[in-house]
Amino acid sequence: MPELLQFLLSGITVGAVYALVALGFTIIYNASDVVNFAQGEFVMLGGMITFFAHAAGLPLPLAALIAIIVTAAIGVALNKLAIEPARGAPVVSLIIITIGASIFIRGATQLVFDKQIHRFPAFSGDQPILIGGATILPQSLWVIAGALAVFVCLWLFFTRTLIGRAVLATANNRVAAQLVGINTNYVMTLSFAMSAAIGALAGVLVTPITLTSYDVGLALALKGFAAAMLGGMGNPKGALVGGLLLGVLEAMTAGYVSSQYKDAAAFIVILAVLFAMPQGLFGRKSTDRV
Amino acid sequence: MRLSSKVTTLLILAAVIAIAPVFFPSSYYFRVGSLIFVNGLAVAGLVILIGYAGQISLGHAGFAGIGAYACALAPVHLGLHPALAALLGALLSAAIAYLVGRPILRLKGYYLAVASLGFGILVSMVLSNEAQLTGGPDGMAVPELGLRAVLKAIGIDLSNTEFWYAFSGLVLVLGAWLALNLYHSPTGRALRALHGSEVAARTVGVDVAHYKLVAFVISAVYASVSGSLLALQNKFITPDVAGFMHSIEMVTMTVLGGAGSVLGAILGAAILTTLPQVLTIFQEYEQLMLGLVMMLVMIFMREGLLPSIARRIRGRAE
Amino acid sequence: MSLLQIEGLGIDFGGLRAVNDVGFSLKPGEIVSVIGPNGAGKTTLFNMISGVYAPARGRVVLDGEDVTRMPPHLLARRGLSRTFQNLQIFQSMSVLENAVAGHHLHERGSVFADLFSLPAARRRSKVSEDSARALLDRVGLGRAAEQEASSLSYGALKRLEIARALALKPRVLLLDEPAAGCNAVETEEIDHLIAQVAAEGVSILLVEHDMKMVMRISNHIVVLDHGEKIAEGEPTAISRNPRVIEAYLGVQATEVQHADG
Repeated sequence: MPELLQFLLSGITVGAVYALVALGFTIIYNASDVVNFAQGEFVMLGGMITFFAHAAGLPLPLAALIAIIVTAAIGVALNKLAIEPARGAPVVSLIIITIGASIFIRGATQLVFDKQIHRFPAFSGDQPILIGGATILPQSLWVIAGALAVFVCLWLFFTRTLIGRAVLATANNRVAAQLVGINTNYVMTLSFAMSAAIGALAGVLVTPITLTSYDVGLALALKGFAAAMLGGMGNPKGALVGGLLLGVLEAMTAGYVSSQYKDAAAFIVILAVLFAMPQGLFGRKSTDRV
Repeated sequence: MRLSSKVTTLLILAAVIAIAPVFFPSSYYFRVGSLIFVNGLAVAGLVILIGYAGQISLGHAGFAGIGAYACALAPVHLGLHPALAALLGALLSAAIAYLVGRPILRLKGYYLAVASLGFGILVSMVLSNEAQLTGGPDGMAVPELGLRAVLKAIGIDLSNTEFWYAFSGLVLVLGAWLALNLYHSPTGRALRALHGSEVAARTVGVDVAHYKLVAFVISAVYASVSGSLLALQNKFITPDVAGFMHSIEMVTMTVLGGAGSVLGAILGAAILTTLPQVLTIFQEYEQLMLGLVMMLVMIFMREGLLPSIARRIRGRAE
Repeated sequence: MSLLQIEGLGIDFGGLRAVNDVGFSLKPGEIVSVIGPNGAGKTTLFNMISGVYAPARGRVVLDGEDVTRMPPHLLARRGLSRTFQNLQIFQSMSVLENAVAGHHLHERGSVFADLFSLPAARRRSKVSEDSARALLDRVGLGRAAEQEASSLSYGALKRLEIARALALKPRVLLLDEPAAGCNAVETEEIDHLIAQVAAEGVSILLVEHDMKMVMRISNHIVVLDHGEKIAEGEPTAISRNPRVIEAYLGVQATEVQHADG
């Protein structure tokens, strides 16, 4: 039993990161119908910038804050320079643009920083906490708490604030939103900034556990997207549950089957979910209009 | 007499392949040329999938991996001649494409992209992890094709790089011919129809699921043969051939030159293959450049280089 | 004996009864029009009959065979074709190729023959091209054959869709607002074309807002309102039906008069 609990705990930790990436996907997808394959690069940037700012002598919280702000700015730049000019492009073009952005950011990071693997100290030390025979790192609790906090904040934002409702309105019908006076360009900018900031936060939280380097983004983007699909594209609750489920699933596969094939297992289950229920766990069915 | 666009394309392609060596300052360029042709072949297949049928795949390197490792494994374990091994790889790729394509082609857009990507990653994962069979990430040796020796016996003595330049060039022209034939055929029309409007294609009787599968299987065979050619000319292969970056490069080459045009896509393959060779001093800029090219082309020349340029020239002429 | 029989057809969208219990039938060569105010469910009805939507209730019977929920490409094989209200043209193809694509069922063959451009494949292409050119002449687009489809006017695209649907050699043809966006001359041409096609034995189901055209060419009219059939009958009877006038013609009739004056 402690073994199972151990896998569960590490699965939830990883899953919380996937959930954060998936939430980032969800925000942009809702505002623009674009799936941003560069989402994982935000996580990478969060970790890398924090490390280098910290290494340059800044205290960790300040370094993390700078990383989140810079990443949010990069997110906005991505929207302004690559997504907005391509509005109305077919999905295939948008896929290639965001994958191009992902490769570009990775290449730039490797030039600006380096190709080494980095880590900065955990927030509350590295002394594992014992729970029912299994252990969990204090940093894992930070990650899990971070994912939950972001989820709650997003939920409040989308249901309780005017601007949050404007984002949802834009998602539902762009033209109608413009007609009632919503500045849809502002909504897009805001969505990319929020999404990038959430990604960077995930990077800040998880780097003490998983370490980071210039090339970790893509795998995270894929897992995050898989999680978002599993939960149902565009649904924040689905992103959270999908992310946690995927993390646990991977941990179980790694623990009981083969650690080499943990990524494979995740993909196989995601494919199975797609075929059995393409809308995901919480997605809505849509009818094509003709 | 006015030449059809098919004949013109094939003539241009064959002429460039035949004449280019005159300007080669060293034998190294034969090597670059044959790499372009190998990539061009995979890309010609993707033109059928992306350009004709409008479907995306981010996992076609998986099929290149199957073709490549068939040439490495089948001669050793099944005693097959490398040429037959390539054929076996192509058949295997077609069979796997059929089995994988049936469920995943029901998906659209982003979902199809990720599903195909997942397939590609599975293939490269198996190739990396089954080290006792494939040598794992270190790769494995591939036997000699043996055709060069046969040619030598009948009096055609080519250096290794010259032979592979000529041979892959020939295969590329053949591949381009087939893809162009398809364009103007009933099958090609059905593919382009479902690209234009799936619902309208259905109402004129096009079995959309069937034709998407046809395009997927054909393009998988192209990728597989391309992988086989790469393995045979390098005489060595690593799982990178099936990797995600290779899939992305293939798709980028296709859309860079113009997914709707066989010649354009081959031009895209030529540019993206040559660039890193020319920019060897700037090797660390490779990813930066690739990403930038992908974004710029898709933003400013959505149809790809060749069709955009052709349109501009035609516009000026009118 | 009816060729197409619709029985109690219905579908719901998110709890809303978009179409409910609609039934009627078409005989060979008959022109039946479905009319009703915007949002009455006409296009939804078309989508169910042509297999684009799966109806929740009811049956579609084509020549004695139950074809309810059959996918569109199989319906096409049984001779049912259609056009679209909001145009579904193959944009990147030429006008000719659009019409040739409509001939798909008669030109499809082995993929290998197509790949290697075997004589059989070339012969099939030639036959469909000739037949497509004839159809383009028929709808008045013969001269535009080599143009890109996207360069045509809206009215011309409507006619191209009809040509594409006719290329299938249908037994039943569903036309969704064929005259929308056409000028008076074009409307009259489409009018003649429909009558001609019907005279050749093709059953035509028509959705159209041009009431003069509907009254002129229909053998039978079905009136929908809020997804339900409120009346059906011959044009003269329909134009006098008080329920129809109330739901629909009242408004429309004055509009028509204004247009005349």
